[in-house]
Amino acid sequence: MSPSHSAAPVRPPAARLDVENLSLQFGGVKALDGIDLHVEPGSITALIGPNGAGKTSAFNAISGFYRPKTGTVKLDGVDITQVPARDRAKLGLARTFQNIALFRGMTVLDNIKLGRHAHLTSGVFGAFLYWGKTRREEMELRAEIERDVIDFLELDHIRNVPVAILPYGLQKKVELARALAMRPRILMLDEPVAGMNREETEDMARAILDVRDEWGVTVLLVEHDMGMVMDISDHVCVLNFGRRIAAGSPTEVRNNPDVIKAYLGGSGDPRKAALDGAAMGEVA
Amino acid sequence: MAVEFIDIVETSLAGIGTGSLMALTGVAFVIIYKATKVINLAIGEMLMIGAFVFYGFSAGLSLPIWASVPLTLAVAAVIGGLIERTMIRPLLKDNPVSVFMVTIGLTSVLIGVVELVWSAEPRRLPEFLPSQPVLFGEVFIPSKTAYSFVIAAAAMAVLITVFSFWRGGIALRATATDRAAASSVGIDVPGVFSFSWMLAAVVAALAGILVGSVGGISSAMGLFGLSVFVVVIVGGLDSILGALIAGLFIGWLEAMVGRFMGGEFKLLATFTILLVVLVVRPYGLFGTHEIERL
Amino acid sequence: MRVGTAKESYAADEGLFKTDTQKVWFGLLLAGLVLFPLNGSNYWMFLAVLVMINVISTTGLNILTGYTGQVSLGHAAFMAVGAYTVAFFDGRFDTPVLLNLVLAGAVAAGIGYLVGLPSLRIKGLYLAIATLAAAVILGFVFLNWTPVTGGLRGLNVPTATIAGIELATPDRLYWLVMPITVIMVLAAKNLFRSRVGRAFIAIRDRDISAEIIGISLLKYKLMSFAISSFYAGVAGGLWAYLFRVVTPESFPALASIFFLAAVIVGGAGTIVGGIFGAVFMTLIPEFLKLSATALVPWFPDASIYLAPVRNIIFGLLIIGFLIFEPMGLAEMWRRTRRYFALWPFRT
Repeated sequence: MSPSHSAAPVRPPAARLDVENLSLQFGGVKALDGIDLHVEPGSITALIGPNGAGKTSAFNAISGFYRPKTGTVKLDGVDITQVPARDRAKLGLARTFQNIALFRGMTVLDNIKLGRHAHLTSGVFGAFLYWGKTRREEMELRAEIERDVIDFLELDHIRNVPVAILPYGLQKKVELARALAMRPRILMLDEPVAGMNREETEDMARAILDVRDEWGVTVLLVEHDMGMVMDISDHVCVLNFGRRIAAGSPTEVRNNPDVIKAYLGGSGDPRKAALDGAAMGEVA
Repeated sequence: MAVEFIDIVETSLAGIGTGSLMALTGVAFVIIYKATKVINLAIGEMLMIGAFVFYGFSAGLSLPIWASVPLTLAVAAVIGGLIERTMIRPLLKDNPVSVFMVTIGLTSVLIGVVELVWSAEPRRLPEFLPSQPVLFGEVFIPSKTAYSFVIAAAAMAVLITVFSFWRGGIALRATATDRAAASSVGIDVPGVFSFSWMLAAVVAALAGILVGSVGGISSAMGLFGLSVFVVVIVGGLDSILGALIAGLFIGWLEAMVGRFMGGEFKLLATFTILLVVLVVRPYGLFGTHEIERL
Repeated sequence: MRVGTAKESYAADEGLFKTDTQKVWFGLLLAGLVLFPLNGSNYWMFLAVLVMINVISTTGLNILTGYTGQVSLGHAAFMAVGAYTVAFFDGRFDTPVLLNLVLAGAVAAGIGYLVGLPSLRIKGLYLAIATLAAAVILGFVFLNWTPVTGGLRGLNVPTATIAGIELATPDRLYWLVMPITVIMVLAAKNLFRSRVGRAFIAIRDRDISAEIIGISLLKYKLMSFAISSFYAGVAGGLWAYLFRVVTPESFPALASIFFLAAVIVGGAGTIVGGIFGAVFMTLIPEFLKLSATALVPWFPDASIYLAPVRNIIFGLLIIGFLIFEPMGLAEMWRRTRRYFALWPFRT
C-alpha cells in the first residue's frame, strides 16, 4: 500500500479552555463545588486528585454529559455550557473514556473513521449508491486518516483488526487515534495510561507529547499515574472532594502542603473526617 | 345515548375482576424482572401453558380440582425451572437484548407445544367455581369474575407477605439490588434466579387457570400477555405495587372501552396508553428510574 | 491458500468486493440468478420469488436491529403497510408498478419514522415494546379503516403490468423481483461502507461514544427506522403482487418474529447473514411440508402437525442460535471460508 502524501495535514489551531465556578450535584451529593480551571492553548494540563475527588465528573461536565448546576465552560472565550455533547465535537472538543468506549464490533480503521463523522457531509442517498461525492469523500478520508493518524500512531499493522480482540494498551491507543481523527483543538484524555504496564505507559506518554508537539493541540488529562503526570504536564490542577485545592507547575504542586495532606491524609484535617461518608456517596 | 349508572358500575367491577388477573400475571413478570433483569415476553404463553396443563389434569385425566390445581402448579414450577436453566442462564452474562429475544423464541415454542398436544381449537375448562352470581343490591357480578378476583387477591396478599418477611424474599430483593454484593454475603444467586422463574411460572399458571375458567382456553390466550405487558410498563417493571394498581386500572379501562366503544377498541386503548407512558414516563409510575452512569 | 490480496490503492481496499475471488463468486451468483428460471418449475419459481421478497425484508430489519441495535417487534406491520399501499394505488388509480413500489417504500418509511420517534426518550427493550404497540395500532387501522383497506375482507391486487406485459405468474414476476432484490441488497452493502452506516453501528456498539464524536442519536435512529421500513414496504409491495390479495391476516404478529428469527439465525449485522437467514427460514416450512407428505403413509394426519412443529422449530432456532452461535449462519460460513482460504495451511 502506498499512502499518498499530497495534501498538507489539516491542523486546526489549539484552543484555550476556561472553566469557571463549575458545580455539579447528584441528589444531595456535591460532586463538584465551584471548580476553576484554565487550560492554556498548546499546553498539557493534568487534573489529579484522590479517588472520588471529582475528576471524571469535571470531565463529564466539560464534555457536556452532565449539566452543571452553576458555572461556565468557555472554549476560546465562547461560552459552550449549553451546547449539547454531540455538537461539541464539531467545535474541536475530543475526549477518551476511562473505561474504553470503542465500537467493539468494528475494525480499528472504522473506529478511527468514525472520529471524523461530524466533519463529513454525505447523506443517505449518496451512501446507497456510493458514487460521486460520497465516494470521493470516503477516499479522501481514508487517505487522510492513513497519513495523519494511522502512520503517526503506528497502527498500520492492526488497521483491519476488530478492536474487541486487541490488547488493552492498543485499545487505549485506538481511542486516542479516534479522538485525533476528530481534528481536535483540545484533547481530553480520561486516564490514558490506567492499567498499563511501564512500557505501554511510556509509549502512551510519548504519543501524547508527540500529539501536542506535532499537532499543536491542547491536552487536558485526568490521570492517577503521578510519575507520568509530573513528567509530561506543563500545568497541574489538584481536586479533592469536589474542590480545587491547588494549581500550578508540577514542582509547585508537588510541594504544596494541602496536596500532600490530601494524598497522605493528615490528622486534624476536617476533610479527613468527611472521607468515609463522601467516598461512599461519590458518583462517577 | 344515556348510559345507565348501574351499567357503568357493573362494567367497572367486571373490569376490575379481569384487572386482578392482569395484576397477578404482572406480579409474575415483576418477580422475574426483579431477580434476573429479564424482560419476559413469554409471560402470556407461560400463563397459557399453565391453563392447558390444568386442562390436561382436570379434563383429560378427570382428576378432581383439589388434585389438579396443586399438580398444575408443580408442573409449572418444573417448566419454569427448566426454562431458566436451559435458555436463560446460558445468556445472563450476555446483553439483555439476547435474553429478551430468547423469550420471544420461547413464545413460539410454547404456542407450538400447546397446539401439538391439544390442537389450536378453543376449549372450556371444567366448571369448578360456584355458579351462583354475586349480587350487591342491584349490581350483578358474574360468579367466575367475583371468585377469581378473590383468589387472585388472596394469592397476591400471600406473595407480598412472603416477599416482605421471608428470608428467600429478602434474598431475592438483595439479588435484585446488586448481584455481586448478594453473592458476596453468601446468597446463592443462581438459586435465586431459578427460584424466581419457578415462582413466576407458578403464579402465571394460577392466573392461567383463573383466566381460562372465566373465558375458556386456546393457543391464542397468550395474547392476554400483551395487556399484562402494558400493565407492567405502566406500573414500572420492578414494582409489585405498580403491577397491582396498573393491573386494576388497565383491566377497568379495557372493560369500559369494550363495553362502550366496542371490543375492537380494547387493545387500541391499552396500547395508546402504553405509548403515552413510554414517552412521558418510560420507567413507569412506580418503577425505579436508573441514573445512567458513564 | 489465497494469496496476492495486497492492494495498490485505498480505492481498491475500500472496494465493494475486496478480492478477485469475491468478484468471481458474485458473478457466479448473478449468473445463477439469471439461469435459475430454466428449471421451469412453477413451484420453484414461486419459492424463489418468496425467498427474495423475504431477503429484502430481512435485510431491512437487519439494518435496524442487526446494525443499529434497535429491536423491532413490528417489522411485519411495515410490510403490511407496503402491501396495502400497492393494493390501494394499483387497484384504485392503476398507477405504474415501479411507482407503486416506491410509494409502498415511502409510506412505510414515513410510518417507520413516526414509530421511531419514541427513541428520543426510550431505548433498548422499551423501544422494542413501543414497536410492538405500533404494530398493534397499525393492525387496528388495517381492520377498521375500511374505505382504504377494505376492512376484514382486505383488498384484491391487480396483476403487475410493466410495458404491457402482465406479470401474472411467478416465473414472470421473478424478473421484477430479482433485479430489485439485487439492487437493494447491494445498496445496503454500500450503506455500511459510508458515514451513515458507520454511525448506525456506532449507535449499536456504544451510544455514549457515538454522541461524543458528534453523531446525533435521534437523527440516525430515525433514519435507520425509516430505511428499515422502506425495505419492508417494498418487500410488502412485491408480496402483494405475488399473492394478489392483502387482508389484516396477511402479516400476523408471528411474521415479525419470523423476520427477527431470520436476522438472528442468518447473522445480525452482516448483509450476507440477512440473505442466509431469509433463505433458510423461508425454506424450513417448505422442507417440513415435504417431510409431512413423505410421512403420510405412516402418519396419515402428519399435515395437522405442520403448523405447531413449524412454530416450535422457529422458536428453537432463535433460542439455539442465540445461545450457541450468536453470529448466526454468516459466522459459520465465514469460518468455512477461512478454512479454505488458508488451505492447506491451517492456523
